[in-house]
Parts: sequence; C-alpha cells; structure tokens
Amino acid sequence: MKKDIILAGVGGQGILSIAAIIGLAAIEAGLHLKQAEVHGMSQRGGDVQSNLRLSDKVIHSDLIPTGKADMILSVEPMESLRYLPMLAPNGWLVTNTQTFVNIPNYPEKDDLMAEIEKVRNHIALDADKIAKDMGTLKSANVVVLGAASPFLDLDYQLLEKAIAMLFGKKGENVVTVNLQAMKAGRDFTLKIIKS
Amino acid sequence: MQKLLLLGNEAIAQAAIDAGLTGIFAYPGTPSTEITEYVQHSKQATEKKIRSSWSTNEKTAMESALGVSYVGKRAMVCMKHVGLNVAADAFVNSGMTGANGGLIVVAADDPSMHSSQNEQDSRFYGKFTMIPTLEPSNQQEAYDMIFYGFDLSERLETPVLMRITTRLAHSRAAVVRRSGLPQNELRLPSDLKQFILLPAIARKRYKGLIAKQENFILEAANSGFNKYLDGLNRSLGIIACGIAYNYLMENYPDGDIPYPVLKITQYPVPRTMLERMVNECEEVLVLEEGFPIIEELLRGFLMKCLKIKGRLDGTIQRDGELNPNKVALALGMEVTEGAEIPSVVVGRPPSLCIGCSHRDAYNALNEALIDYSKGRVFSDIGCYTLGALAPFNAINTCVDMGASITMAKGAADAGLVPAVAVIGDSTFTHSGITGLLDAVNDNTPITVIIADNATTGMTGGQPSAATGKIEAICRGVGVDEEHIRVIKPLKKHHEENVKTIMEELKYPGVSVIIPRRECIQTLNKRMRDKAKATQSE
Repeated sequence: MKKDIILAGVGGQGILSIAAIIGLAAIEAGLHLKQAEVHGMSQRGGDVQSNLRLSDKVIHSDLIPTGKADMILSVEPMESLRYLPMLAPNGWLVTNTQTFVNIPNYPEKDDLMAEIEKVRNHIALDADKIAKDMGTLKSANVVVLGAASPFLDLDYQLLEKAIAMLFGKKGENVVTVNLQAMKAGRDFTLKIIKS
Repeated sequence: MQKLLLLGNEAIAQAAIDAGLTGIFAYPGTPSTEITEYVQHSKQATEKKIRSSWSTNEKTAMESALGVSYVGKRAMVCMKHVGLNVAADAFVNSGMTGANGGLIVVAADDPSMHSSQNEQDSRFYGKFTMIPTLEPSNQQEAYDMIFYGFDLSERLETPVLMRITTRLAHSRAAVVRRSGLPQNELRLPSDLKQFILLPAIARKRYKGLIAKQENFILEAANSGFNKYLDGLNRSLGIIACGIAYNYLMENYPDGDIPYPVLKITQYPVPRTMLERMVNECEEVLVLEEGFPIIEELLRGFLMKCLKIKGRLDGTIQRDGELNPNKVALALGMEVTEGAEIPSVVVGRPPSLCIGCSHRDAYNALNEALIDYSKGRVFSDIGCYTLGALAPFNAINTCVDMGASITMAKGAADAGLVPAVAVIGDSTFTHSGITGLLDAVNDNTPITVIIADNATTGMTGGQPSAATGKIEAICRGVGVDEEHIRVIKPLKKHHEENVKTIMEELKYPGVSVIIPRRECIQTLNKRMRDKAKATQSE
C-alpha cells in the first residue's frame, strides 16, 4: 500500500488539520508516514501545500516525486490546479469549489472549473456550502477530507477515531459536528462513483 | 520505547529534553522556531525546570549557552542559517574555548529560500570553526544524534554543530524515544583558564584545537553515522550528504543501488572514505543539499584524474534545494511529470493580513513621502517586509536584521535626506539599538519608524523582547524626547499620522515614530483563547 497525497490550500485554511487526521489514522493502521509542511512567510495568505506520504514500506523522501502523487486534496479550487504536475495520470483530484479571493487578479471561477473538469478523476464539491448547511462552516476542510476518504485505502472507522482523538479536547459537540461533516463529504463522493 | 509523530525540529527538541538538557537559547527564525517552542510547551521540560524563554538575538543566545556549558551542564542553541551570522563571533570563538558541559548549536538552513534572504550552507561554519558537524538525514537520526552529540561534545570538549534544512525541520515522521538522562551536576572547568582567550592562552588553545582534528575525524569514521555501502557496478560512486540520501533511496524503491554509496552525515569527513570511493569508482556523483562543499573539496585535489559530477559541472542545478526528481535526472533516469499547470492559475504571494497595523502605517508613510523623490525607505526583516509588494511598494531595502537604521544612516550621511528606516519592534531590540546609537552620536537626519505590534510576527507570534521598553530604550540611547512620537495605526487616525510623519521628516536630527497596535494574529488568538476559557468556566 502506498498513498502519496498533496494537500493544498491558502495559509490559514486548515490543511494541517486534514493532515493530522489522516496521519493519526495511518499510524493507527500501522503504516509508515512522512509529512512535509510549509511554515513561515507563505502562511501569510500565500499558497501552501503539504506532502503527505503513507506506505506499508519504509518511506525515504519527505517530498513526493512529480507525476507520482495518488491524490491532490485541496480546500480551494485554484490551489488544486497548481499541483497538477505532481499528480499521477490515474490519480484523483478532490477539491472544494469555494474560492478564496485575496489577490486582485484572481481568475474567473468558471475558467477554473473548466480546468478541473479536464482532470480524468476528479471530485469537486462546495464544501463550504455543505458545512454551512450543517451549521458548521469551520468544518469545510473536514468535508473535503470526507470526499477524499473513499480513495485513501484507510479504514473509515480509523478516520472517525482520529477525529475523536484530535477534537476530543474541544468537547463532544465539536467531535460530532466534524464526524457529520466528514460523512457528508464521503456520501457526496460515494454517490458519484456509484452512479 | 514510546513512539511519537514529530517534526524534525520537534525530534531534536524531544531528544535534548531526554538527553539531560539544562537550557535552550534561541531567537525565532524559520525554519528553526519549533525546536525551542516544543521545549517551551513540553510538560516534561517544565518538570525538569529546563530554561527555554526567547533570547534577544542569536548572539546573546549563543553566549548564554556557552555560559551553561562553562558550568558543566548541557545547553542547546537554535537559529536559522542567517542567525548563525549574528552569533558568529561567539560561535567561532567557542571552537577555541571548547566546551565543558555538552553544547550543541542547531542551524536550520533554508535552501530554495522559502522564508529567507539567502541559501548559505552552515556546514561552512562548522569547517571554519573547526568543530564536528552533524547533518541528520531523517527525524530518527536527528533524535539519536542529539544524544551522541552531547556525549561527543563532553568527551572531546568541543561545541558540536547540527545542520538541518527546511525539509527535515518541517517534516513529520515517527520517532522512537530513548530512556532519559539526568541533568549534569554543576562542575566548573578543571582548567579555570580554558575560557580566557587572551592571546597567550588562545595560541595554546588553537594548537589544542588543531590537535583535536584527528579525533574529530576518527569519530566521524567510527560513530556509525557515516556509512560506506559497497556496490558491484563501479562505473559510478555516489556520495549522498544528509537528506540527499533520502532522495537517492527514493529512486531505488527496492533499495538495490548497483553503485557504491557513501552516506555522509558527520563531518569532518574521513579522508579514507572519500579516497576509497575515488579510487574504486570511475566517476563520482556528489549529492548535497546547499553548497557544493564536498564536491569542491574533491575537485580541488582531483579534477584531473577523475570526473566529479555535481552542482559545479551542471549535473545538478547550482541553486535551490534537492528533490527526488533532480536526483533522478542526475542519475540519468527518466522522470515522470503530471499535467502542466493550467495558464489560468496565477501566483498567490504572501501578503500583510487584513487588519494588520503595518497596512495603516505604510499608507500613512507613503502619503507623507509623496512630495519627495522615490527610494528613501530602508527596511528590515519581518512581516513588514511584505510592504515591498503591491499595493504598498513602500520600501526599498531588506538585507539583514537591523540594517534599516544603519543603511538609512549611511544614505543620510552621503546626502539622501530625508532617509527613513522601517523596523519592527522585535528586530529593533535584536539588532537595531546599536545602529540608533550611531545615528544619535552623529546627529544624523533620519526618521526611524519602529512598527510595534508587540510580537515577533513572521515566525508565528512569539513574545517580543521590546514590548513596553521601546521609548525608554530610545531615550536611553539619546533620542530627543520630543522626537519620539507614538501613533495609532488605524484608518481613522490616518490624517493625523501623516502629519506626524511629515513633521519628523523635516526634523534635521534623529526622530523615532512608533506606530503601535497589536498584531492581528496574536489579537485573534488571544480572543479565541479567552472565549475558550469563558466557555469552560
């Protein structure tokens, strides 16, 4: 088993929480893990990414080679496209469609969506809307994680357990809300791949 | 033993705690910050009473650590690569004094300059100071090397440099802990003149340092961190330093490398190991993160008798960090590429936060300077350096910590009046005060803006040594009380702020303007923590 994942977003959007949930689940599953993060200047509203690598064998490089990533998991549509050179031909692109506009020359959303449509395996969902409808806008990142979960080759219960571990300190309500958010994202994807 | 999922930085910190650390000293700087933060937040460190609060700069940190070592206890100093320039005087001379208690200096290099102004290679400093240097290739090795490093430091009475790079510092992996060691007892040096570098003593110490080199090399040959892995195909030999080894292994998923490989993670490198590779292989490929140090060493002797491949002959790009692809190409392998980045994707550079006080300060400064010719604003290292970008385009220099005040002074000395310096509060106490004193002593006509957001912002909001002290420092240095002006950088005070700055630009001496408002990030965090505290009541 090997899963190389690029997590993408804008500084402050919470991709490191996604990494932490997947990481906890992977450790619980007895897998090896390496996760390279971006700290420092880029965190001030710039593009950020994290290389998350899971494997049942020893992992050497902290960085994923180009064209070898099994998945791009993005909480922002333009950021999902920035890492296409990393994605393997049969890899999945899972992205939030809600734009994060903090630059004057941000492109038209339709143009971005047209490019996302061109990627053979893709899941695009408005995670912000799904989260908001559930009354938990903050959990949009966990909705995207849920949408990616069918492709992670990780036992879903381990992801649930990881959420309980990570958010346990913040109270039972926060755990429940995030479990629902992940489930909503997962259901979105399961519906698409079954149809 | 316990297995933890740790950043490279956290692995180093945990190891130091476990290895009997007494004090850690540092100034924040990406990619090194999390080492000290981990100790600050560690319950074990608190229980063991390990000293860990921030130092004013890397030099004070290095010297304090040397003091801990002097009394026989274990100390660690952490900094980003350019921080070692600031600490260099103390660091280089610590090679001469040697250590008493174990002393490890961690320098975190930033090849590709993710968050830095250059990509200098700290291994040079290790060689320059003539002390052992460790360059771990992964998180576990980093953990283990701290135990070894403290032991080496005490056995051979020398400071030890650990050089890491961004990818190790900020990458997480599982680390197995060892059982802990107690802190050392207070034990002054057996020779109470060991740390007196008077010429007569220094000459003796230098002979001693030279004599130690042989032992340092023996350590590097026998510690087990440097490995010679033989291979049957000797058309090529590969030298892989630090994390470059991982990128090499990544290209051989089954682990079967046909060529001899020399993995280097400890310096000074034993000549015998290099000689063996050079003698037995037709060509040698050198993979090293940062500068071509080993490559240059080999070329210097052997350019004529064998082909060395690396960064100097173009086999590998001269600048920028390594990755699995660059190493694959150097090995003559094919690399895969995904689809191209669609042209619709545009860059998203970092920017000042919405609500940041620096925004209002720059808007006021730009307006105050509107009638003067452009190119008069000398700035410094911190979040406010982002004022160089649109829409502000407000500053003209960013060189090193503290250079804003001194460069403005030089420019004013040479006739550019008014000249403006923009420096943050934490950078001011780090390295700005002495420059301000120079300006006061010369009565140089400069306007110094000390943007006080009460934190060290860019590195994540650590406490600033300047908080609550700036006016007193300026007065103490000799700035005229009437020309120390505090303003509130808010939109509603814009006109007033512009007026204040314009007045001081006309003053033919040293004036200080302090735009003061808390960093929006630390403010938000404080509010969140407060809300959490009220909830749990």
